[in-house]
Amino acid sequence: MHKKLLTAACTAALALMAGGAQAQISGNVVKVGVLTDMSGTYSDLAGQGTVVATQMAIDDFVAQEKPAFKVEMVSADHQNKADISSNKAREWFEREGVDVATELVTTSTALAVMKVAKEMNRVTLMSGPGSTAITNEQCNDLTVHYTYDTYAMANGTARAVTKQGGKTWFFLTADYAFGHSLEKDSSAVVTASGGKVLGSVRHPFPASDFSSFLLQAQASGAQIIGLANAGADTTNAIKQAAEFGITPKQQLAGLLMFISDVHSLGLKNAQSMYLTTGFYWDLNDETRAWSKRFFDKQKRMPTMVQAGQYSSVLHYLKAVKAAGTDEAQKVMAQMKKTPINDFFAKNGQIRDDGRMVHDMYLVQVKKPEESKYPWDYYHVRQTIPAAEAFQPLSESRCPLVKK
Amino acid sequence: MEIFGVPSALFGSQLLIGLINGSFYAILSLGLAIIFGLLNIINFAHGAQYMMGAFVAWIALTKFGVNYWAALLLSPLLVGALGVLLERTMLRKLYKLDHLYGLLLTFGLALIFEGIFRDQYGISGQSYEVPELLQGGVNLGFMFMPIYRGWVVVAALAVCFGTWFMIEKTKLGAYLRAGTENPQIVQALGINVPLLITFTYGYGVALAAFAGVLAAPVYQVNPQMGSNLIIVVFAVVVIGGMGSIMGSILTGLGLGLIEGLTRVFYPPASAVVVFFIMVIVLLVRPAGLFGKTA
Repeated sequence: MHKKLLTAACTAALALMAGGAQAQISGNVVKVGVLTDMSGTYSDLAGQGTVVATQMAIDDFVAQEKPAFKVEMVSADHQNKADISSNKAREWFEREGVDVATELVTTSTALAVMKVAKEMNRVTLMSGPGSTAITNEQCNDLTVHYTYDTYAMANGTARAVTKQGGKTWFFLTADYAFGHSLEKDSSAVVTASGGKVLGSVRHPFPASDFSSFLLQAQASGAQIIGLANAGADTTNAIKQAAEFGITPKQQLAGLLMFISDVHSLGLKNAQSMYLTTGFYWDLNDETRAWSKRFFDKQKRMPTMVQAGQYSSVLHYLKAVKAAGTDEAQKVMAQMKKTPINDFFAKNGQIRDDGRMVHDMYLVQVKKPEESKYPWDYYHVRQTIPAAEAFQPLSESRCPLVKK
Repeated sequence: MEIFGVPSALFGSQLLIGLINGSFYAILSLGLAIIFGLLNIINFAHGAQYMMGAFVAWIALTKFGVNYWAALLLSPLLVGALGVLLERTMLRKLYKLDHLYGLLLTFGLALIFEGIFRDQYGISGQSYEVPELLQGGVNLGFMFMPIYRGWVVVAALAVCFGTWFMIEKTKLGAYLRAGTENPQIVQALGINVPLLITFTYGYGVALAAFAGVLAAPVYQVNPQMGSNLIIVVFAVVVIGGMGSIMGSILTGLGLGLIEGLTRVFYPPASAVVVFFIMVIVLLVRPAGLFGKTA
């Protein structure tokens, strides 16, 4: 009895010493803001599915951890526009007491919001955006880049395909910053793995007819046509490559593809392609169990962005509880020191640059006859260990990384 | 052999692809030209109607097992009927006003249609298989030509020239043209001009839907497939001359070819070459290549 009293007294004293406000949760509510693309190009791979995943994380957290504080969610459509995102985030932080901004598919919105959040001392968790700038030139100490980035995607696919004998490459590149950087990263990996880049063609963004560009790729005679684009550009290019008899003589490698793309293409068009993913619903019992719950609500299997969203929000909420405060720096310290172990990541770790590193998977799309049930789309060909999957810290351009 | 540093095989195949894309431009710009020529409405919903044509074909196939050939007829009829409804209930009220009002109304409608389909079917799009009869391809020596693409050119050209013939060479076409010149007199001769106009709009919309069905096996069927295309098609109409039937067909084909060649010689410009030509045409010949100067 005495001991208990003593502990309580000590805790109380410590809390007082640390300053009243920090020992608690502001307003006794933790508010999670989901800022995502609800209606545009990325609304299938992120969108409403990330809102559903966030609500699942909150429900699970409340049920399992029985916190003393309340958890609420707000969400908004950022329309892939940086100004809308930063205005919304500012409004949330200033007036609605939002503690953490999450998701943020589309790099420009992500970069805008992470600056506002840092300025107002709030945490940003990113699941959807791909640019490596988030954890390099633009990095800050309150941002976590959680699910994937273009380095991990290009690296995984380009290296594996080159090592399996795809020595000559031709790139079909979307003509804007994202496509260029994807092409650059992949070319470097291809060359480093003993392959050769024969050339590339840059197509306007967005484009719908790829036949001209595909014929140029065909004329190059390259074994592999690397698709340095995303979304509808990628799916249209794949479909038309089959139409013009380019595949299967030459093979395609998708450098940034999601399961939602494969689903919309159908296995007949996408079969045998290699791609890298941070999550696949049919990996093991744990991933299947969670994904089936998600499917019941959303009627689609989760993309890696949606699964990562759940994992990142849950990790954040647990850190708030463990730290006993929603003050950003303290929560972030707690998040960084706790490894992430759930259905999404095993021994995931948030590095100093904000990159969450975890295993990635190289998968090959199944042939139609190999698929036994709905959404049975991938052969997992290789697990890429966390240490190899992401850009090594030694190459980091983030000032927070001590070398 | 090389032509301007490009292997002749690649050159030939790009010309052919240009012709294929040109047929899409032709059939879409034709619909726009008819609607503008006879109704004075700038139909900004044309892209959305093209998208709906593709979606109706996809829904008919996956939900009701209606095959491609039936969809080629059914989809333009359904979407065209929707066009008739729009004309009767909304567009009709705007004929006396400036062009701008019709443009704004149809633009708003386009956004609404796209929003509905996006909400129902998501953004990534759906795959529509090439019909069995037209699968595979022929080796032309300089390229592998998918049979389906050849069919697109044939079907599009047949419909385009059929339409031109109907408007320029038949009695019905004569009524139509007269009705736009002087509705009162034509009405006095006992011809129901408002009905004529309603069906003209319906027909223009049906052409868009027809192009949509043709496009479904080639492109992913997605809610934004029309909005990507419509701006280029507008440029085609402007270059050809607003309201000129043959002008829009020929300009559509020609610009498809020019765009195809740009993709070989200087790919980054391929998205803007059409607009570049539009600017020049507007400066030199504001009524368009085939337009009559007022």
